[in-house]
Amino acid sequence: MKRVYVNEQWCLGCHLCEYFCAFANSGQSDMARALKDAVICPRIKVEEHDGISFAVNCRHCTEPLCVKSCIAGALSVKDGLIVIDQDKCVGCFSCIMSCPFGALMPSDTGVMQKCELCTSNSAGKPACVQGCPNRAIVFEER
Amino acid sequence: MKYVIIGNSIASVGCIEGIRKTDRDGSITVIGEEPYRTYCRPLISYLLMGRTTEEKMAYRDERFYSDNNVTCITGKKAIKVDPKQKLVTMEDGSSVPYDKLLVATGSRPFVPPMVGMDRIRKKFSFMTLDDAKTLEQSLTRHSRVLIVGAGLIGLKCAEGILDRVKSITVVDLAPRILPSILDETGSELVRKWLEDRGLVFHLADSVAEFLDDTALLKSGTVVPYDVVVLAVGVRPNTELLKEAGAEVGKGIKIDDRCATTIPDIYAAGDCTESHDITIDQDRILALLPNAFMQGECAGSNMAGQEALFDKAIPMNAIGFFGLHVITAGSYIGDDRLYQSRNGYKRLFIQDGLLKGYILVGDTVSRAGIYTSLIRNKTPLEDIDFELICASPQLMAFARKDRAAKLGGVQ
Ligand SMILES: Cc1cc2nc3c(=O)[nH]c(=O)nc-3n(C[C@H](O)[C@H](O)[C@H](O)COP(=O)(O)OP(=O)(O)OC[C@H]3O[C@@H](n4cnc5c(N)ncnc54)[C@H](O)[C@@H]3O)c2cc1C
Ligand code: SF4
Ligand code: SF4
Repeated sequence: MKRVYVNEQWCLGCHLCEYFCAFANSGQSDMARALKDAVICPRIKVEEHDGISFAVNCRHCTEPLCVKSCIAGALSVKDGLIVIDQDKCVGCFSCIMSCPFGALMPSDTGVMQKCELCTSNSAGKPACVQGCPNRAIVFEER
Repeated sequence: MKYVIIGNSIASVGCIEGIRKTDRDGSITVIGEEPYRTYCRPLISYLLMGRTTEEKMAYRDERFYSDNNVTCITGKKAIKVDPKQKLVTMEDGSSVPYDKLLVATGSRPFVPPMVGMDRIRKKFSFMTLDDAKTLEQSLTRHSRVLIVGAGLIGLKCAEGILDRVKSITVVDLAPRILPSILDETGSELVRKWLEDRGLVFHLADSVAEFLDDTALLKSGTVVPYDVVVLAVGVRPNTELLKEAGAEVGKGIKIDDRCATTIPDIYAAGDCTESHDITIDQDRILALLPNAFMQGECAGSNMAGQEALFDKAIPMNAIGFFGLHVITAGSYIGDDRLYQSRNGYKRLFIQDGLLKGYILVGDTVSRAGIYTSLIRNKTPLEDIDFELICASPQLMAFARKDRAAKLGGVQ
């Protein structure tokens, strides 16, 4: 399955992936209007320290601990993709306790959100990858 | 191949999924005492709070049993397992033969005898969907609820009903709340948070006697009540296998393949003892993730695979009115305490390994990175210790480990 992979040495720490993610999942059509003055809550997060940076989002694990730990049956595997049914999520944080990558976070409504590789929005393919100016994240089969 | 599963809850679903990964053809029969398809037991408090519905509480979608070709016998209790004839007998006398059996019978409330119990007119446990439904029916705006037990189940029940009753009083013999998962600082903090929302606690105290609508506590305090919820503790349902001759301690004994001491009989979930790798001892870990993963492991092995579940640790994520607590592992060795603006973090380190943590309030994000260090017994000398103590982050791992984690490089 195609996943988002990180080429750490190319990451500029520009955080554009975070903005593209937030925009892709905002449901709006105008990026400036969607993001201007907004506190964004993206599903990909850039870690930075000592001149190194890289973006982290869901790995779509083959043994997804988040799915196995969810007390609401809100997380599931759909053709290899790990998806969340936000309608079922009760915001218990069990998935945060379990994900070894720190890839889930509460959305602005309190229920969890996670990267679904832009399959549930209108971006078509991962917006973070499309927005990265330096190919520090790529969407491919490895 | 005939697979039979006793119990129709989380471990049972894990087992079905484990079996069907390799065996699409064998017949699977599930026997469940509760008259429902598998629902999310931990959500019964959220149901009372209005945060979910009975429909949304289903653990898997409505096609689950048909997609997996499972015969489901609900509303019936298994009363006997005969390992010689490989037969499970039900209370109505009917029986089901098996080649491979999973016992996933969970646990039931433990109710210590208390004086005057028979005088309580509205008395409930809080373990099942039916418990939640009958409790809900008996509550009014004027109800004064007395909860016996300040553990996870008692307090989740309190959260679930606080908005719809007049008052909630919680009594516990222990001097502090949630003693199984929190240190004293955490217990204090959560207790104050709950008191600010209206809960009244009588700790280091117990009910001496129930009268018709008041409870007399040992301390002399008199607590008026209309409804009593008993949430003192739970006991694993081990009787079926004990009578069949399996080794049973506090829970059913299983190995790391989730096999019991009787050939072709497996067990998983709250009815078993798990091997807690943080202390290298067997103990009961009545937790949903554990139940699922044990069930899945048992299912794989029942279908002829060689699966191991050898990473059991205690871990809890629990929240009350927006205050979140995540804890894992054991609180042993040296500890490091970090205060934060709205909470704190405590890490426990022994023999160069992270053994446990307590995260309360604003320190909970990305907790799973800590959990993974405990589960995988990652030597702390291999990672940047100061960075990982500061916050859970992948930056703390060596570049090659990051490449494996994020770049798919093996
Ligand atoms: C209020 C509440 C909140 C909780 N919150 C959390 C939480 O936040 N996080 C967490 O990790 N865990 C939580 N738990 C614990 C979690 O629900 C359990 O760990 C989990 O349900 C265990 O699953 P299981 O399959 O082992 O057994 P159970 O869910 O206990 O189910 C066992 C089933 O077997 C059936 N059964 C028993 N004996 C027989 C028989 N002889 N014949 C037929 N059927 C039988 C029972 O009727 C029952 O339906 C909570 C529990 C409660 C009650
Ligand atoms: S959320 Fe975490 S555990 Fe779940 S699939 Fe993604 S990376 Fe894996
Ligand atoms: S927060 Fe939501 S998705 Fe995460 S474990 Fe809890 S119910 Fe499941």
